[in-house]
Amino acid sequence: MSKYDAKYLEDKLRARFDASHVEVSDDSDGCGGKFSVIIVSKAFVGQTLLQKHRLVNQSLAEELKSIHAFSQKTYTPEEWEKVQQQK
Amino acid sequence: MNRISQIFLRPGFSGQLAAATRAQRCWYSADAAAPPAAAVDKATLEKLVRTNKVVVFMKGNPQAPRCGFSNAVVQIMRMHGVQYDAHDVLQNEALRQGIKDYTDWPTIPQVFINGEFVGGCDILLQMHQSGDLIEELQKAGIISELLKAQQAKDEQDAKNQK
Repeated sequence: MSKYDAKYLEDKLRARFDASHVEVSDDSDGCGGKFSVIIVSKAFVGQTLLQKHRLVNQSLAEELKSIHAFSQKTYTPEEWEKVQQQK
Repeated sequence: MNRISQIFLRPGFSGQLAAATRAQRCWYSADAAAPPAAAVDKATLEKLVRTNKVVVFMKGNPQAPRCGFSNAVVQIMRMHGVQYDAHDVLQNEALRQGIKDYTDWPTIPQVFINGEFVGGCDILLQMHQSGDLIEELQKAGIISELLKAQQAKDEQDAKNQK
């Protein structure tokens, strides 16, 4: 059982990455062990996919010790706009 | 009415089931805090990630993945027709810790192409969707089945146009 909820992660990621958009979904039925997140931030500009994911992993290093399943999508504002258009 | 359906219809059963499901998921999450074993050392891993052009560290094996994320990687590799070495970290706690330390990456599965750490499930999936995976495989001298299929189709289309 992890002590984290979607709101906590959302606030932390938003602050850490000065993100223009953050979505956190708790897929664990409230158990706190499984999350998926979408983060849109200028901080990702010029970074490779692996670098972006590393930044997020590092920002949640402590939390990821008790979160069992974590899935992330990271976009620059430009990439996010393209994704939105494709929908 | 048989006994099984009676059990399902018993008042409160669905609540119990939901609680059991939650409890089980939480129980899985608890393994993240398992006591650390002596991790496999860096030199060993450096060799291990180069035993094949593609090497995957996963939970379970390709025939029976034991985690949805590992399964996703297996399915992506299958679609591209990639032959790879797979290591089941659930069989070896020292390997599980060792590979996490080696890549400084907190989760399993982990995928290596030509000895280089590429990423986990999210990254593989995104590379698969963007077409980058075909390119990465090509750099390692692996022609993706998806690329072959596309090329065959292009040739056929060209013939049809003549």
